[in-house]
Amino acid sequence: MGKPTRVTNRIRALRFAAGEMTQADLADRVGVTRQTIIAIEQGRYSPSLEMAFQIAGVFGVPLDDVFRYPGSEGETS
Amino acid sequence: MPFEEKMTWVNAVVTVIIPVAYFAIMLGRLRDVSAAEITYQWPLLIAIGTSIVLTIVGSILAGIGTGISAELHGRSASDDIDRKDERDRSIARHGDLVGFYVSAAGMVGVLALTMLEYEYFWIASALYLSFVVGTLVGSVVKIVSYHRGF
Repeated sequence: MGKPTRVTNRIRALRFAAGEMTQADLADRVGVTRQTIIAIEQGRYSPSLEMAFQIAGVFGVPLDDVFRYPGSEGETS
Repeated sequence: MPFEEKMTWVNAVVTVIIPVAYFAIMLGRLRDVSAAEITYQWPLLIAIGTSIVLTIVGSILAGIGTGISAELHGRSASDDIDRKDERDRSIARHGDLVGFYVSAAGMVGVLALTMLEYEYFWIASALYLSFVVGTLVGSVVKIVSYHRGF
């Protein structure tokens, strides 16, 4: 509660790139509430891995094109 | 505001109004009657029953309000009311867990009152208060989580 997530995202930019898709449209396609999309965009909520993949799937891009975690760039496992 | 948050608000408001009325009436009666003689059973059952009825009525009103708002914005009302996602469930779990711990702490007080052989009225009141405070704290945690992030 109250702790901002360190996960950053490009959902807002991707929505605009996808024909100015609204938050409500994205929420409908992922099957979540619009408030959840708003919370994710503002970094107030980290989605589950499953939801993260669903969001990336809507935009047709890989997961790390949507979500980033500080220090994870260029790392391999 | 998500429908689940509206429901949390309904729950929080009912959880404040009814117990405050109950305790105001019962503690007022203690001026004339001792705790050993006070009739608390029916007032307590009525308070609990009224809370349940008000929560149901509040839920229906919240549903109607959400439906009207959805129609005005050109969305399907069922999408707004039925849709409960992982964030709603996480927030609900978190709030319920915190509320449970608060209620459990209150139960220790109830246990102490029982061991000290206080009047049934005080034991029942402490028990009711524990549930009420636990529910209220849980609701506040949920509302704060919706606004500040979770």
